[in-house]
Amino acid sequence: MKKSFMLEDLDCANCAAKMERAIAEIPGVKKVTVSFMAQKMILDADDERFDEILGQAVKCVKKVEPDCVVLV
Amino acid sequence: MTKKQKKLLRRILIAAALLLTVYLLDRFLPLPRWAALLMYLAPYFTAGYDVLWKSARNISHGQVFDECFLMAIATIGALIIGEYPESVFVMVFYQTGELFQSIAVGKSRRSIKDLMDICPDTAVRLNDGEEEEILPEEVEVGDLLLVRPGDKIPVDATVEEGTSVLDTSALTGESLPRDVTVGDAVVSGCVNLSGVLKLRATAEFGESAVSKILELVENSAAHKAKSETFITKFARRYTPAVVILAVLLAVVGSLVTKDPATWVYRALILLVVSCPCAVVISVPLAFFAGIGGASAKGILVKGGDHLETAAAVKTAVFDKTGTLTEGRFTVSEVLPAGELTERQLLALAAGAEYYSTHPLAASVRAAAEDVRVTPPDETKELSGKGVLAVFGERRVLAGSAILLREENVEFDAVRDEGTVIYLAVDGVYAGAVKLTDQPKKRAAAALAAAKKLGVKRTVMLTGDRRGAAERIGRELGIDEILSSLLPQEKVSRMREILSAQGRREKTLYIGDGINDAPVLTLADVGVAMGALGSDAAIEAADVVFTDDDIGKLPTFLSIAKKTARIVRENVAFALFVKLLVLLLAALGLADMWLGVLADVGVAVLCILNSMRMLTKR
Repeated sequence: MKKSFMLEDLDCANCAAKMERAIAEIPGVKKVTVSFMAQKMILDADDERFDEILGQAVKCVKKVEPDCVVLV
Repeated sequence: MTKKQKKLLRRILIAAALLLTVYLLDRFLPLPRWAALLMYLAPYFTAGYDVLWKSARNISHGQVFDECFLMAIATIGALIIGEYPESVFVMVFYQTGELFQSIAVGKSRRSIKDLMDICPDTAVRLNDGEEEEILPEEVEVGDLLLVRPGDKIPVDATVEEGTSVLDTSALTGESLPRDVTVGDAVVSGCVNLSGVLKLRATAEFGESAVSKILELVENSAAHKAKSETFITKFARRYTPAVVILAVLLAVVGSLVTKDPATWVYRALILLVVSCPCAVVISVPLAFFAGIGGASAKGILVKGGDHLETAAAVKTAVFDKTGTLTEGRFTVSEVLPAGELTERQLLALAAGAEYYSTHPLAASVRAAAEDVRVTPPDETKELSGKGVLAVFGERRVLAGSAILLREENVEFDAVRDEGTVIYLAVDGVYAGAVKLTDQPKKRAAAALAAAKKLGVKRTVMLTGDRRGAAERIGRELGIDEILSSLLPQEKVSRMREILSAQGRREKTLYIGDGINDAPVLTLADVGVAMGALGSDAAIEAADVVFTDDDIGKLPTFLSIAKKTARIVRENVAFALFVKLLVLLLAALGLADMWLGVLADVGVAVLCILNSMRMLTKR
């Protein structure tokens, strides 16, 4: 399943790159893009575990930039 | 400015004023060092408390090489070695840069959004004459909609009542308004300029052009260009490397020269310069701006990578019908064989094709406008071959050579450079009508312009017969004409072209998206034009032109080239300045002011450079 999420208060381009790398390492993630310019995360992950993976992805985002909010 | 930006601006101004006051006091009053430090801490915290807080928080998360952390260390270090004003200044300036960056990025985001301001807010549905305002998403196929002047067309529809002029510029980049009248298909997102229109919805909102365009542009971020991947990878190594270098510089320098203050100071400058964001932002911003600039002209690019590839296109491969030609056939010659006159033969052909829905039939009827045409009593479509029409006792066959051969009619094949409809009356050959497709008006100019933009070789792939293909090809000055190709042969020819090209050369294919999805996918850059109706084409293509204007090709190529150039400039400039300052700092020729200027200044200049893509129309 592929879904895109808005990211609020994603303030730095390098942070977006860091988030992308961290989320890509979550098992079950097929592809992920975190775009600083579009303020968006496009997550492609296994269907059955999507919500669980999304939860982990949100944690990764928070870890890199605590102020950034993923609008689910 | 957003609230957040205003708040930051206020803090910067207060901190700057405080810094100036403290600096003057410190200059002219004999203050003890501890008192001076305490006073400098006021503007320092005003400007940088969030930076310090964030860096503390990020360390607890294990994010060591983070921008805030580096700034915190550099400025705290400067305070420790006694460079108070410099430390505070660096913090204030860093924040100014952040503010500037945030404003500039926000501005470019907004201007791209404005370009894409095609989304209708509401739709007005007519329920038995009763007006009801609903969301575009609520419109169902078959609904009757009212669109007043100034409103956007909410979903794809056909005009049921009224005439008007539509502004299609937001979708197609075409500034000339389009006249529409009853029966015309209209595309969502166009603005109704003059008359009141009643429309019959032909698609739901999600299937309408507007949704497809927005989806394309919004998802473009998912396709990162090589240079973007390169720069993020670079940043990942760059920051730790510089930090390690700084530590080495401080330790080794201090040990060797027994002058720790000097070397620690130099190391701190390195920390300031090691911030990666300026470099990281320089590339995606340029692509983002390029994609935005293109969409304003009705060119939808699915990702930065396609712009990058398109900048290196050396071979352009064209589909013929509908791409280089109008795709509308006109009768070019009427060739009677028996005793019929030209007019009589044309009337006969138009009569036979009277009820046919085939595009060629429409062209024949259009040619026979001023001839008296009798409708047939009965017709039968012979799929793919032609039509059998019965006029009283007469049986008329109109169709391809294959049809006549099947029906054992003797005839002379026309040496054709186009498409021919053969006619037979009661089994006797009566003559032929020749139709040709005209090249698009802007095709020749577009091809010439493409050649100026680096395209070295042009190729035409077509299923049409050689005669017709070569006539068009010669007229437009195409280098190579490959005709009579079956769909799978188009694919294999494309493979040959791709395997023959050099490593840095790319091939673009442009077609109308009908039956050429495999070739679109195969090409380095696949362009589908006027393909908003076809999901298969949108899926297969890398770039979609919102209308079938071949003139968009040079526009697209030049946007791609310009974007690629801006990206190169940004990367080269950012890296050059950073490395230069690194070197100067290590040699003791730079101070911290220069370091922060290099960081922030580079980012701002790169942003401004990228914005050029948006301002120049």
